[in-house]
Amino acid sequence: MTDRIPGFSTLAIHAGAQPDPTTGARATPIYQTTSFVFDDVDHAASLFGLQAFGNIYTRIGNPTNAVLEERVAALEGGTAGLAVASGHAAQVVVMHTLMTPGDEFVASKKLYGGSINQFNHAFKNFGWNVVWADPDDIASFERAVTPKTKAIFTESIANPGGVITDIEAVSAIARRASIPLIVDNTLATPYLCKPIDYGADIVVHSLTKFLGGHGNSIGGMIVDAGTFNWSREGRYPMLSEPRPEYSGIVLHETFGNFAFAIACRVLGLRDIGPALSPFNAFLILTGIETLPLRMQRHCDNAKQVTEWLVKHNKVAWVSYPGLAGDKYNALAKKYCPKGAGAVFTFGLKGGYDAGVKLVSNVKLFSHLANIGDTRSLIIHPASTTHRQLSDAQKVQAGAGPDVVRLSIGLEDPADIIADLEQGLGAA
Amino acid sequence: MNHDSYPDSYIRGILNTVKTIAMVGISPKDNRPSYFAFKYLLERGYRMIPVNPGQTGKDILGQKVYAKLADIPEPVDMVDIFRASQFALPIVQEALTLTPKPQAIWMQLTVRNDEAARLAEAAGLKVVMNRCPKIEYGRLSSEISWMGVNSRTLTSKKAQLMGKGVQRMSLNRTTMSGGATDATDRAQRDEEGGH
Ligand SMILES: Cc1ncc(COP(=O)(O)O)c(C=O)c1O
Repeated sequence: MTDRIPGFSTLAIHAGAQPDPTTGARATPIYQTTSFVFDDVDHAASLFGLQAFGNIYTRIGNPTNAVLEERVAALEGGTAGLAVASGHAAQVVVMHTLMTPGDEFVASKKLYGGSINQFNHAFKNFGWNVVWADPDDIASFERAVTPKTKAIFTESIANPGGVITDIEAVSAIARRASIPLIVDNTLATPYLCKPIDYGADIVVHSLTKFLGGHGNSIGGMIVDAGTFNWSREGRYPMLSEPRPEYSGIVLHETFGNFAFAIACRVLGLRDIGPALSPFNAFLILTGIETLPLRMQRHCDNAKQVTEWLVKHNKVAWVSYPGLAGDKYNALAKKYCPKGAGAVFTFGLKGGYDAGVKLVSNVKLFSHLANIGDTRSLIIHPASTTHRQLSDAQKVQAGAGPDVVRLSIGLEDPADIIADLEQGLGAA
Repeated sequence: MNHDSYPDSYIRGILNTVKTIAMVGISPKDNRPSYFAFKYLLERGYRMIPVNPGQTGKDILGQKVYAKLADIPEPVDMVDIFRASQFALPIVQEALTLTPKPQAIWMQLTVRNDEAARLAEAAGLKVVMNRCPKIEYGRLSSEISWMGVNSRTLTSKKAQLMGKGVQRMSLNRTTMSGGATDATDRAQRDEEGGH
């Protein structure tokens, strides 16, 4: 007798949720409250001492957020999740749990630009030193590891260039170095790729994008795969040492294979404070219920649009791993066989001016700095997000003057293509 | 019984049947995992009996400590072993001399002794190894979901409050299993050598 393991669509709707025990409410209620009444003094003491599971204060946990946490953990195949205020907050809380000042981590240099900034500047202020590696040269990750390295960080599908990391190869390097592999799975979502299956120990998300999916809420998630042995070498004192904050508890021995998520909650979220609003959690949960349907349509639309774009006479190149012949097509087939996501870049023969004209002339695409919305989105990085960089830096960041980034929405593909056609006519 | 993965119904059956649990190897220190599990199960309505020869005659959370199982003057339904794997066999041998015999032997997370398990099963006892009853109770009652933990259960039925306040849930809940268990199982397998 073995238990049946439900499919992805079933989990997307049900994992973590159940009818409310007191009212019977079937949709997950929005527990819009700062705090929770204790049953009695002993109960309060048990909760504060981490001896009982339960709710204290929404900065540390909230029942609406908890449904979202369990939902994403189940979809990723992890042991536990922790919801936070944004994708960037997730990265701060993860690193706070792993690093002490003077430590290093290795990161792929092909990341979302905001993460590159966060690592290069904000994290350096904490003494967490990034060492960059090149996902096109997997051995560069291994070369970058030193005795001070505490983790490796990469994106499954990188924003915006459509670079796909060979997660399995990087995870082998992490294993040899006895350090955890962190994968930002924002662009792929677990519908397209489950990094834990390929050896990731921690998965982070910006829920703001495809998981929420409707462009209405900022949020972030940390998923603990439960795979890393935090105590073996004692290099992660938040997990393997008695914690003075909690009268000497050792989190790894107390919470076993979900200790990392607990540490992020009770030492990171509690003390740093980027809690997610339960209202945002509710909106994101509602979005996740249709994730499999939406994500497939996003990918199918993106494929049609890219196949049309490569043939357009004003387009110099299209970088989408779902296209036959793309540099990352083989990796896309391995890591995200259902589709290569819906965010990609392309180059205009007319350069900077053509980019400005295109974003000015589209009527269906929204010109804004986000991805992963039901709506199709467009941005010309050189004139917006990457404006302050030198031309050389722009090219290095994949944001040369000719580059346009699209996030393909769920509209009819014929309408998406027609808008690009009229927009390019002006470009 | 396959001791690599237990159906939820098996675990729920044990935790829903036993009433008196003797915990062998409990620590008197309030920051140790055994103390956590003891306190949690006590608060969930189990009669908990501490067994620890170093603490004989003292109290832990108001419960009198015994030196060994045979000293307990009342029937014990389940023996929960909080000792390293190699000590599990003599504890099981001792448990099997009790009258009446316990219904179940439970070995904590990281504790596994297949010889001890075979012996107990041959005597008609149910055996669980390398699991924590606190975590399993939390999972099957859904209390653990408040911590964002993947309970690996799904249900369209209401969770049942236990009484004694609203933040305590009972095990009388109808569920199907839910959630991918690959990583969890991998982590459990990896426990010694692991990543
Ligand atoms: C891949 C990736 N990771 C992280 C982030 C940061 O997420 P947030 O904006 O929710 O802080 C983003 C946002 O664009 C992203 O695209």
